[in-house]
Amino acid sequence: MIPELGQFSLILAFCLSLLLGALPLAGAATGNALWMSLGRPLSAGLFVFLGLCLLILGHAFVTDDFSVRVVAAQSNSLLPMQYKFTALWGGHEGSFLLWTFMLAGWILAVSLFSADMPREFTARVLGVLGLLCASYILFMLATSNPFDRMTPVPPADGADLNSALQDIGFILHPPTLYMGYVGFSVVFAFAIAALLSGRLDAAWARWSRPWANVSWAILTIGIALGSWWAYYELGWGGWWAWDPVENPPLITWLFGAALIHSLAVSEKRGVFKSWTVLLAILAFGGSLLGTFITRSGLLTSVHAFASDPSRGVFILAILGVFVGGALLLFALRAPLIKSGFGFGSLSREVFLLANNIILAVAAASVFLGTLFPMFYQAITGDLISIGPPYFNVIFVPLMILLIVLLGIGPVSRWKKTSGAYLWRQLGKLAVASALIGVALPLIVLLDVSIPATIAVALAAWIVLTIGRDLRAKTANKPSRWRGLRSLGYGYFGMQGAHFGVAVMLVGVAMTSWFSSETSVLLRPGETVALGGYDFRFAGAERIAGPNYNADRATVMVTRNGAEVAELQPELRVYLASGAPSTEMAIDPSLLRDLFVTPGEIRENGAWTMTVYVKPFVRWIWLGAIFMALGATVASADRRYRKLATAKPRDKARDETRDETGQASGLGGLRPAAGGEA
Amino acid sequence: MMKPHRRKRLGIILFIATGLSVAAGLTLYALSQNINMFYSPSQVANGEVGADTMFRIGGMVKDGSVDQRADSLAVSFVTTDFVHEVPIEYEGILPDLFREGQGIVAEGRLDTAGVFQASRVLAKHDENYMSPEVKAALERAGASPESHRFGESAEY
Repeated sequence: MIPELGQFSLILAFCLSLLLGALPLAGAATGNALWMSLGRPLSAGLFVFLGLCLLILGHAFVTDDFSVRVVAAQSNSLLPMQYKFTALWGGHEGSFLLWTFMLAGWILAVSLFSADMPREFTARVLGVLGLLCASYILFMLATSNPFDRMTPVPPADGADLNSALQDIGFILHPPTLYMGYVGFSVVFAFAIAALLSGRLDAAWARWSRPWANVSWAILTIGIALGSWWAYYELGWGGWWAWDPVENPPLITWLFGAALIHSLAVSEKRGVFKSWTVLLAILAFGGSLLGTFITRSGLLTSVHAFASDPSRGVFILAILGVFVGGALLLFALRAPLIKSGFGFGSLSREVFLLANNIILAVAAASVFLGTLFPMFYQAITGDLISIGPPYFNVIFVPLMILLIVLLGIGPVSRWKKTSGAYLWRQLGKLAVASALIGVALPLIVLLDVSIPATIAVALAAWIVLTIGRDLRAKTANKPSRWRGLRSLGYGYFGMQGAHFGVAVMLVGVAMTSWFSSETSVLLRPGETVALGGYDFRFAGAERIAGPNYNADRATVMVTRNGAEVAELQPELRVYLASGAPSTEMAIDPSLLRDLFVTPGEIRENGAWTMTVYVKPFVRWIWLGAIFMALGATVASADRRYRKLATAKPRDKARDETRDETGQASGLGGLRPAAGGEA
Repeated sequence: MMKPHRRKRLGIILFIATGLSVAAGLTLYALSQNINMFYSPSQVANGEVGADTMFRIGGMVKDGSVDQRADSLAVSFVTTDFVHEVPIEYEGILPDLFREGQGIVAEGRLDTAGVFQASRVLAKHDENYMSPEVKAALERAGASPESHRFGESAEY
């Protein structure tokens, strides 16, 4: 009976989302204040009923109601409680419900935090999001109903959650990723609302910025969690595989990063507005593309859900209607968008333009590499795959260029910067970075390594230019502390995120070039040496877990005779499904991870295992945390907060002050204060 | 004469266009260098693959064909699409779900003896899920993937 209530509440949510997609939009078009004002209560209702769906389905999982098909397929009575609830998103139907719920959450957030926006604008944003939500719910009702029952006889027990998913990473990664992904729908809706009203102005860009920042920050964490999870769970010693399902979040992330920067220019300088709108559409398209690829089964991937072609067609239709419709609207309205062209060929605008081009080219090449096999198969009928070297060849030079410019951009000035000024500001730092890049690897490794030199030089370049800029910005203030306080969250957010790029760069470069690994066959008591460490296989024992049995090996790691770590990898067999699962053992630290992946047990008690030493691998995720924190901090900038709570009178004053550039808190993006003094 | 701001605009547009075409050219070149074709055992047995080409092969692991050396990580097995068979040699640790009778995809090259020297062996993490590549290989050979799909999982 309870699952039918879920079904009922899903249908109610569908009706509410249809109303949300129709009334506020119609109200905004005709000036009907009542219809527009319905946006907020409808958003709240949509959130409540989709939340109810999620709770009811969660209840079915927690109470082992195997008459519900998805529960029977993804859960089991032996499953530990935390995985019972989260098994909800272990399959296509439940995860799509979670995805739709996330959209409802964002819709609710927009309806709550939109007090400062004109009601026509809010109504249009909520209307567009309502239409999107309606299409998602329709998709569920038509092709993938999570509340389907197993009739007439339900199974006695469930088939169990895939053993690879029984992990903390599975609890955290999908909700975070979805939340970030879906957040870009909000920025998309803002862009469509602005196109519909024909008012693409600085206010639109300012309203969009916090949403873009927060979505991007959450997406960053979601991707990083996925990378971290894959790193320790799949036991392959890597952190990124260029898998067809990893790539769409990355495409969205790259477009999102470009969008954040181009929104800054649109707000501050009133240029690049058409381009910003296009980026908002593309970032949103990337998120739908991800859904399409995961759920259509068209591409080979570890993430693919067991597939059904009708779902792929449906999602493609959603993608076509929303992205196609948006592009059509864009094409109709773009000629009306007036962007000035008041900047010199060397200015902050140009550096941000270069940033946007590089990020967009990177996103486009990932897109090409991801979908090329599909196009190729459609045309020739042959199956191909694109190897990771393709992505590396494209990405490495683009990112090097991006990071070089990253150092220059924040120091340069709006409108016009002279080359001589930039050289005075940065010349010494460039030389210093190059020297550090040569010297540091030489001292540590006692060897010349071109990749290490490039990576260290670039990281030093980022850190030095940030330091230089901080000093310059606080130099004219009475005290350094007061100078720092005057800079504002926007500035610190930007520099924090840029610092994260440096941290991630070090992690990526060191892990890629200096990792070592070896696969061995070890009998108890035998030792293998790798990267200065000795790994001794001490022995193995049988253990029983809550819903699995396992063989656990003990590997003692020593360095120059001193004990460093004891690693205990396991080979598990899950009781319900009989599925085997390998559990890696990792000794993490800031400077290196020691990592053992068990393979199999031979008859004589010997184990095959792969042993890894991975320097600086944690820095990759640490860098992502810095980037996400930076974007979040920037979105909390005074300018947005004040606007959200300001009374109309104050708001007007704020805006006039803003135009003179005096009150702007986004220090990094304001006309460089105290620069050439 | 062009007005100065027009000239500047043209300059920037030309700069972007040049940059983009260089990027596009390099991307396409990189793409063409990194395409791994996928072949079924029948195609390999029919000699459709040139020597020393990196490619992927997919099929089922033939029952009773897995031969694991006792003292090393070397392993050999036979992959089949139930029409033709191709022997595979690999040195390393096989994935969790590598089982006789299950679908796998291997990446590597053919040696002169016609043995596929794999540098990577992939098996899916979900035993109900068959990779589209393996499915296609079986369909091409005329065997129904469905009939081989669930029969083996009963072993567990």
